[in-house]
Amino acid sequence: MSDVVERTLSALPGLLGQPDPGAGAGGAAGPGRVSATSRLGSLISSITALTSKHEEEKLIQQELTSLKATVSAPTTTLRMMKECMVRLIYCEMLGYESSFGYIHAIKLAQQGNLLEKRVGYLAVSLFLHENHELLLLLVNTVVKDLQSTNLVEVCMALTIVSQIFPREMIPAVLPLIEDKLQHSKEIIRRKAVQALYKFYLIAPNQVQHIHDKFQKALCDRDVGVMAASLHIYLQMAKENAAGYKDLTGSFVTILKQVVGGKLPIDFNYHSVPAPWLQIQLLRILGLLGKDDPRTSELMYDVLDESLRRAEINHNITYAILFECVQTIYAIHPKSELLEKAAKCIGKFVLSSKINLKYLGLKALTYVIQQDPNLALQHQMTIIECLDHPDPIIKRETLELLYRITNGQNVIVIVQKMLDYLKQSKEEYTIISLVGKIAELAEKYAPDNEWFIQTMNAVFSVGGDVAYPDIPNNFLRLLAEGFDDGKEDEQLRLYAVQSYLALLEEEDAFYPQKFLQVMSWVLGEYSSLVTDVDPEIILTRLHRLLKKTFVTSETKAWIMAAVTKIASRTSCSKTVDKLIQEFSTSLDTCMRQYAFELKHLCEDKVLMRSLLPFDASCNDIVVDASLSFLDGFVAEGLGHGAAPYKPHHQRQEEKLSQEKALNFEPYGLSFASSMSPSGFAGRQSPTGLSFGSDTSGNSAETGHKETNSLKLDGVKKLWGKEGYLPKKENRTGKEGEPLTVPCSSSLLAGHVADPPVSHSDQVASLSEEEKEKQQLASTLFVGLGSNAGVSLMGKGDMATQKFRRKSKINETQNYEEASDIQNSTASSLVPLLDTLPSSKEGHERDEHTRLRKASLCSSDTWEDNSALGKPQSLKKPELDNKLSDSRLSSSSLFADSNIEIFHPSPSAQCESASKTLLTPSLPGELAELPHSEVVELCQSDDLALHLCKVWTNDSLLLIMFVSNKNTSALNAVNLMFEKAEHFQILESPAYHFAVIEAQSVEHCQQCVQMDKICTQGILSGSINYQSEMETRLEFSVILSLLDFIRPMEMTTEDFGKLWLSLSNDVKQNLKMSSSQDSFSAALNTLQQKLKLHIVDIIGNEGILACQLLPSVPCLLHCRIHAGMLALWFRSPCSALPDSLLYQCQKVMEES
Amino acid sequence: MIKFFLMVNKQGQTRLSRYYEHMEIRKRTMLEAEVIKNCLSRSKDQCSFIEYKDFKLVYRQYAALFVVVGINETENEMAVYELIHNFVEVLDKYFSRVDCSHNVSSDNEEWNLIPAAQECTVKFTSIVFI
Repeated sequence: MSDVVERTLSALPGLLGQPDPGAGAGGAAGPGRVSATSRLGSLISSITALTSKHEEEKLIQQELTSLKATVSAPTTTLRMMKECMVRLIYCEMLGYESSFGYIHAIKLAQQGNLLEKRVGYLAVSLFLHENHELLLLLVNTVVKDLQSTNLVEVCMALTIVSQIFPREMIPAVLPLIEDKLQHSKEIIRRKAVQALYKFYLIAPNQVQHIHDKFQKALCDRDVGVMAASLHIYLQMAKENAAGYKDLTGSFVTILKQVVGGKLPIDFNYHSVPAPWLQIQLLRILGLLGKDDPRTSELMYDVLDESLRRAEINHNITYAILFECVQTIYAIHPKSELLEKAAKCIGKFVLSSKINLKYLGLKALTYVIQQDPNLALQHQMTIIECLDHPDPIIKRETLELLYRITNGQNVIVIVQKMLDYLKQSKEEYTIISLVGKIAELAEKYAPDNEWFIQTMNAVFSVGGDVAYPDIPNNFLRLLAEGFDDGKEDEQLRLYAVQSYLALLEEEDAFYPQKFLQVMSWVLGEYSSLVTDVDPEIILTRLHRLLKKTFVTSETKAWIMAAVTKIASRTSCSKTVDKLIQEFSTSLDTCMRQYAFELKHLCEDKVLMRSLLPFDASCNDIVVDASLSFLDGFVAEGLGHGAAPYKPHHQRQEEKLSQEKALNFEPYGLSFASSMSPSGFAGRQSPTGLSFGSDTSGNSAETGHKETNSLKLDGVKKLWGKEGYLPKKENRTGKEGEPLTVPCSSSLLAGHVADPPVSHSDQVASLSEEEKEKQQLASTLFVGLGSNAGVSLMGKGDMATQKFRRKSKINETQNYEEASDIQNSTASSLVPLLDTLPSSKEGHERDEHTRLRKASLCSSDTWEDNSALGKPQSLKKPELDNKLSDSRLSSSSLFADSNIEIFHPSPSAQCESASKTLLTPSLPGELAELPHSEVVELCQSDDLALHLCKVWTNDSLLLIMFVSNKNTSALNAVNLMFEKAEHFQILESPAYHFAVIEAQSVEHCQQCVQMDKICTQGILSGSINYQSEMETRLEFSVILSLLDFIRPMEMTTEDFGKLWLSLSNDVKQNLKMSSSQDSFSAALNTLQQKLKLHIVDIIGNEGILACQLLPSVPCLLHCRIHAGMLALWFRSPCSALPDSLLYQCQKVMEES
Repeated sequence: MIKFFLMVNKQGQTRLSRYYEHMEIRKRTMLEAEVIKNCLSRSKDQCSFIEYKDFKLVYRQYAALFVVVGINETENEMAVYELIHNFVEVLDKYFSRVDCSHNVSSDNEEWNLIPAAQECTVKFTSIVFI
């Protein structure tokens, strides 16, 4: 056995040094391996010899049967089991399930000697997945092996933990693994870091407290450990770049060392030092330096060096260069580097190596929005790639073109995309391409005809695979129209005509979605066409109904269209025929439609009022509270019927009746039984409650508040259901308008310098080349010289055409919006600093300066953007918001704007001594628990202070605005931005018409936590008119504890609730000396975390709290040998994790 | 992110597979069949990256054996392309000569651990091999 152990050991670098490769393979042929080798070997060679899949299946089934017998036989030794496992792995790899062996794999890992254990662990990692129930059986083995004195066993345990480990068992091994971070062997340290990385991925909250240990790993003297920690940092930087900016220096130093060849030679790959490590570091730097000039400053040197060092011609250096280019364009721009990066991209794109060309195109796609010039430089190459024999290159080129589309080149680009679409068969490609074409068509369509034709092509190719959004958006666009009524009419008219033409062909096949679109449009708007007899339209629809390929869903659409058309004609033979035909249909739906149609046709007046023309956008008022049934209910109650009780109430009563026999497993579901009380609490008109928008809406639906009927339960239920969708609509509307100016400024970004004049172009061009030239000029038109600065407005007008009205966009594509927002923010910056890489530097400079001037002065900026502003925006507050957001992006380079984020401590002192205006809470609020008043920001004119007030059912932010001037301030607007984790009830903006000189005004906002996080930032701004419009930014840090309130309950309730909750988290905490007694520890939790102590029995205690508005979290703690065992339960899965983190912090502090 | 790592021969027989995201066995076989079909349809002068569903395939051919890696869009294709070569080089070094048609269920801890390109100059730790 010893040789086996030695072999495994020899593989551990640093233990026995580098093994001779020959000896490694030779040593493997130990006695223990012979049988495994031969059995598995023969299996493999016999499978290889087979020719058909069928034979293979037969052989494997046979093998599996014999394996099944062997593994379950009691006489099988562990060594044989190991051999079986290897064969099982092989069978499963070929696609034959061998689940009977899973449990034996676990057993092998538990009981075997080193090599057997190794195979056992391997099999487990290959067979099971994260949520497999058998995985729990492995936890004990892992714990045992982690404590082993044998390094190999520890290694194996750490490895399996970093591969798969049940999330809920992390606390069981976490302390052990944390200890391993200090281990003397680097391989153990490295594996421990990797295990923690895994934990970070599956349960970030549980490893939050070891962040400083990660930092130690980053500074580890062993490169492997450092490299492993980079994975964690990359992940963390992705989620929150701001938190790790202070480490930029370290990352830069590491990269410098790597690039400078300071690492051991082992890490070289084809004489390039640790290339994958470099790539990792470059990615982290890109994340950290994004939009941050100061941090970016630190990395310019090292990026420059990386570019220089990577000049050897090898694939791996190209990979590094690619990453460099991405980083350079991601961070705050520096012209010198941008120039070099552009050169690099040029080299890639022009390369004859196909892989490199691909990489170049990808890089070009990435940078194109910031630097459209680059596309102009390479336009001929792009044209060539468009006709490349390799479809992948073509596809990538289209992606690039998609990014540079504007109102002028849209026709050519969309045509190219459609050509590609018609050739491609892969469903996924079609879906994504169809989405892009539809988006471009909607955004930039030059005229109605083209738009409808393009959409027809889109629907007929990708109708059935495309996202349902596309037809929905298209129909909505048609229905809601634009600002110009005449335009709308024409568009609809054209659509109807084109569909009628399409339906004329007898045997044409169209996707279902396309048919649905057609029938809807025909139903709604066919009466716009005056020269076609409705009878003809009806016949065509009727013909469709009889087609076999039409699904029943589509048939329903067609029937609806027929009904609508029928309402506008006096009488029709086709309709009568249709009714007759389908009244006896076997399809119940069709029969139903036919009967409805029949009855409606008998009463044309009713039919017309039911189906008014062009009213698809009008809101239909639905009485969601079902108040028209009140009379009926009252009558029922009068006759002695029992009042309605909602489901949970009935269950509750049932439970209380059976109290004596309650053995708990049928515990009531808490979430629902809690909600009424929480709900009522929010609605109660206390002095503090802000008629939140929810209750505002419920006034409309549940307007029977004061009704004397005993409908308590009913009302609440309906009220809740009724207003929910409304709320969603609202947020949609708020988000939408932002995208409008963004995309227009994006367009402005495209407007670029004149194109590079190709002086070296040969005068005599071949025919083919001429063609390409022509294509190039059409493709890159929007980016060229003829689209001068004046186009800023012009281009926008073109894009406005098919822009939907802002109010209609309820389901806006969030992703798209944020994408555009991001790109504007970044695309504006380089415009200024980029010195284009060209010989015509002079002219360029002038242009740049010109643009700089126009961008910096906020007046012109406003003017420019005013052109791009959609005219349909109605609400002034929205306009306000728009200009705000624009200002904030312009403030990146306009010096005149004051940017204050967090007040520095010194500023605070100053203000304390200077300001006479000390804000204080009004009487009724001052009695409530509240924080100190802190300053958020201030300028010469005003100061903004904040005080948090923790009421029982909400968190109130009291904002004090104090006017420091001797004259009154007018029109002060306070506005909160939308935050990811928080939601501001009521409106996020507050307007003070006037603030008198030397006085303090205050307003209050009620905040709720939407998504659970331990800490989050709510940012906002305040603007006011003094001599000029001034804007201050501020941010408020809110922690989870602001939203936690004690929850009072009895021990009995606690027990019931405990059993009904499913998400639990357990953790052991070491007690510090100051908390020697159990009750002291509990008191700390009570005071600091606002937990309510329900009961203490001996060395056990139970506590309860709730996250506002009403998510409970229960805590059971027990003291045991100096450790405090915490056990959380809650209906919300993220809450226990976050609370646990807070507990750890509190206990460490005290 | 690397999603999976495959070695498939020209006949479409899987020689090695490692998935970093759980996938049902039935789906795996279907995926492997499609992947190899995609790879075989490519000629030498076409690029080594294929778009496949919502991820990308990076492949390299060694005699009759294809090494295919499935990645998502955050990964650098060229780096993965070289990673494959590094992998084969390491195999070659460790077993002195890799017989491309016979290589089986090898398992490398570094690869299992982190589904992203990394640290591959470090030797393989243990390989179950014939």
